[in-house]
Amino acid sequence: MLAPAISLARVSTRMVPPGIASPYFPLPIPGRHDPASGVMLVLPRARSPGAASRVPMTETLLEAFSLLGGFDHRLLQIVGLSLRVSLTALAIGALIGLPLGAWLAVADFRGRGAMIVALNALMGLPSVVVGVLVYLVLSRSGPLGSYGLLFSPPAMVVAQTVLVVPLIAAVTRQIVEDAWKEYAPEFSVIGIGRPQAVRLLLADCRFSLSVATLAGLGRAMSEVGAVMIVGGNIDGYTRVMTTAIALETSKGDLALSIALGIVLLTLILALNAAAYSLRGWAARRGG
Amino acid sequence: MFPLRIAGLRFAPAGRPLLDGVDLELSGEGISVILGPNGAGKTLLLRLLAGLLPAHGGGVDWGGAPEPAGRLAMVFQQPMLLRLSVFANVEFALWPQAIRPAGRKARTLAVLERVGLAHRARDSARLLSGGERQRLALARAWAMAPRLLLLDEPTASLDPTATEAVETIIREIRTDGAKVLMTTHNLGQATRLADDIIFLADGRVQEHETAHRFFARPHSPAARAYLQGELPWRIAFDR
Repeated sequence: MLAPAISLARVSTRMVPPGIASPYFPLPIPGRHDPASGVMLVLPRARSPGAASRVPMTETLLEAFSLLGGFDHRLLQIVGLSLRVSLTALAIGALIGLPLGAWLAVADFRGRGAMIVALNALMGLPSVVVGVLVYLVLSRSGPLGSYGLLFSPPAMVVAQTVLVVPLIAAVTRQIVEDAWKEYAPEFSVIGIGRPQAVRLLLADCRFSLSVATLAGLGRAMSEVGAVMIVGGNIDGYTRVMTTAIALETSKGDLALSIALGIVLLTLILALNAAAYSLRGWAARRGG
Repeated sequence: MFPLRIAGLRFAPAGRPLLDGVDLELSGEGISVILGPNGAGKTLLLRLLAGLLPAHGGGVDWGGAPEPAGRLAMVFQQPMLLRLSVFANVEFALWPQAIRPAGRKARTLAVLERVGLAHRARDSARLLSGGERQRLALARAWAMAPRLLLLDEPTASLDPTATEAVETIIREIRTDGAKVLMTTHNLGQATRLADDIIFLADGRVQEHETAHRFFARPHSPAARAYLQGELPWRIAFDR
């Protein structure tokens, strides 16, 4: 009854010595060496084919939690840099994107429609394209090359800012425009000018806009292509969570990747929870 | 700014006349109430005067002045309130006027006191009741010290107590020197407030009389039918 299984599973001992792993069989192969025939008889697995591979996955997870629980210095450094870069990019992006979107909402000029279409399209701008563009601008031969920013955290801030500005501006434009339609007659009778209207509408929509801004932070923190290109993923200097996850996974150091992934996921979840709570709080306060 | 003369005012989107040659002269005092069935063009007339819509014919002479900028205020049927505090909802209306922040604050608090909302100055305006919202909208208009105040059905959907409070404020604004031009469907309110009545029907002014004479002896068939509670389609049918 075992013959078909054994014959199908015959492996030369010259290829795979008993108990030794190979690139194709990462785990020691369970079996019995037959001196007479010179082959190793591979026994049918007692459990499902994936059972053996669960052992390292469990170990990897345990190691990941160990890194998190032990406040691993390397991990904290990567998380800290990620937060610094993304929060700075978000602050700059909000300073540019919020007024830009609000102005576009109330402005009336030729080409406004085309500008809105372009802005909406830029929301889906691939991060690697942004990375290349910022790279060209900051490289030695580029217009800002003399500042020597390439492969530094400020370069990553620039790239992430370029990514979040269209997102914040486009969402702001939509939110503020809806409010503008409601308030425009009153503002017109009172004599409120467009700059004053922008100021009032940003204040009026502040809770909705804070959610849009948090979405921008999510975009900044989760992108990998742009910061990889302009930051260079230099260990201890420009390595952030996403680039570290990409690198460590390719190296096979899954524990650090998983630990960073857990941190990233937790932060994104926390951001969404904060946005949800903020909306609820604002609704209760008449916002 | 007064006497305000409206001559041949026409509004006809897509060629369909909604206001068809409105002629009217308003003095600078008192409360003028515009009456008329739904679709007569009452709100439209206020919006044209406020500059919210472009007229398709005729014009308005603001007593020889070019424009009533900063001297005209309007309160809408559904008051527009920002998601800001009660105080901020009044104070921003003073931004276009050259008043220092301290002056704006003083005037805002004073007008909130007069409409009975000073104790709620820090609350969110969106948490106010319907009557309070309309009083806040009136406070904002009042703070601007307008020469002409346009009110579009200011007590629609308010209970009698809230209506009375709003009417008291309207009288005080008139006493302060503003000309009030308002629309209403409430004939009782018109008799309580109006110095003169403008009766609109079919996009035209059918009658402009003192309130006493209008209610005592309306001379146009449309006004008589309106006061007797007859439906507009019946008037059109009889014609």
